[in-house]
Amino acid sequence: MTGETAPGEDGSPKVVFQNVSKSFGAIEVVRDVSFEIHDGDFIAVVGPSGCGKTTMMNMLAGFTKPDGGAVLLDGRPVAGPGPDRGVMFQDYGVFPWLTVEKNIRFGLELAVKRGMTKAQKNETVEKYMAQMRLTDFRNAWPKNLSGGMKQRLALARAYAANPRFLLMDEPFGALDAQTRSDMHDLLLEIMQAERKTALLITHSAEEAIYLANRILVVSARPSRIVEEINIPFGDNRDRDLLDSHEFIELRRHLRDVVMKQYAEQQALR
Amino acid sequence: MQRLIEFGWRLLPFAVVILIWYAVRWSGVVDQGLLPPPHLVFLDIWKRSTEGTFLLDAWVSIRRVLLGLFFGMLLAVPIGFLIGWNRTIRRFVDPLVNFFRALPPIALIPLAIVYLGIGEVAKVAILFYAAFFAGVIVMYEGMSQINPLFIRVSRTLGATDWEVFYKVILPLTVPHVLTATRVALGVAWATLVASELVAAQNGLGAVIQNASAFFQLTTIYAGIVAIGTFALIMDTMLRMASRRFLDWQERVVQ
Repeated sequence: MTGETAPGEDGSPKVVFQNVSKSFGAIEVVRDVSFEIHDGDFIAVVGPSGCGKTTMMNMLAGFTKPDGGAVLLDGRPVAGPGPDRGVMFQDYGVFPWLTVEKNIRFGLELAVKRGMTKAQKNETVEKYMAQMRLTDFRNAWPKNLSGGMKQRLALARAYAANPRFLLMDEPFGALDAQTRSDMHDLLLEIMQAERKTALLITHSAEEAIYLANRILVVSARPSRIVEEINIPFGDNRDRDLLDSHEFIELRRHLRDVVMKQYAEQQALR
Repeated sequence: MQRLIEFGWRLLPFAVVILIWYAVRWSGVVDQGLLPPPHLVFLDIWKRSTEGTFLLDAWVSIRRVLLGLFFGMLLAVPIGFLIGWNRTIRRFVDPLVNFFRALPPIALIPLAIVYLGIGEVAKVAILFYAAFFAGVIVMYEGMSQINPLFIRVSRTLGATDWEVFYKVILPLTVPHVLTATRVALGVAWATLVASELVAAQNGLGAVIQNASAFFQLTTIYAGIVAIGTFALIMDTMLRMASRRFLDWQERVVQ
């Protein structure tokens, strides 16, 4: 934990993975994983592809349940998906039958948000549409957007629903390098304006270090946590950081750990 | 101007077919007495429309198609929806649907005559049958292709079961309803003519049947051209509706 991220009011963890295990049929995907997420944390889970990282996120999102152990949210097991946990997917998940503006508005027009006034809803939509630089495209269909714009739209839609958590499953994996790095800065920008507790699944060491304040390295399948790395950069993250000695050292170390796991996974095949 | 050119392109294939028609007639491959020229066919349509009951016959046929299609789709949409969505229902209904779908509706005409007589009810019932089974299969194939990602996303935004249904699943169903209606429409026209050929006093199928009894080749062609034209007009209307409602859809060919 870095100094400026606020812990929970009582300092207790908001999310607890308690000896979590999960299998799909005969394949054991996650084995005995335990970790905690505190309020304001930005945690990146890094590991070889196909290792079960996504399954870990899905259990917190409420898409799937653990076989053993428990995923606790504010002390209670996760019962299902809910608007307190926004999710971003690699495939964007923007609704193709709705325009940009209506995509962002979707979560606000649901029964859970009936407490908001019309003016508040409009204001929210406009705010995030502007923040994600989509205002000029408000009436565009998603089919006419680039990959980066679709992901910006997904982020705006997630933020508009005002979740406490932002869960991201390799959200930038399908983007080209330039768009990806723009998205990183846009994400940091909106996170600094409005902090969410975040969980990022990625296999990019650089992405993990640049965005997160804590990194969990997971092993080849079945996933176990093999190392936990604290990232000391706080809110001081910009492009210059990438060239700093400290960043390069961290990246070297993280790559080594991940490569080792990757080699083990290859050996298992 | 742009629209005019577009319209011209639509008509061009038919103009070519008519030219080929003339060419075949002039070439002598087919006995000239057995192949009336297009202009006589159109003249026949005109004369029968102004002096005879041709338009009334056309209207009777169109009404049968529309009624059969309407009731068929009215049932095909919810049923296709249910079997696309619920595994238990699918396992029960799927074999039945495939059995009845494999039966040509024309094979049921004798039964329809026995139970429902030779009136409108029998014909609409057969068209209903044809439209329903053609439509239901397209509906449920489409339903099973709905991307579960959209449902997940809507859940994470807080959607209830009911909201998932009418805000996500329903909009994704619209393209399949339109496709199913188009397929059912084609099948309904094919079945209509067959049923009118077998037993009907009026309708375009009956016009063809009566003409064939008197060997009026020109009128047989007139009936065929009319059926094709009406079927094409209805299909075009459906396609225009698709384009209007499904602007958002990605198409390989725009």
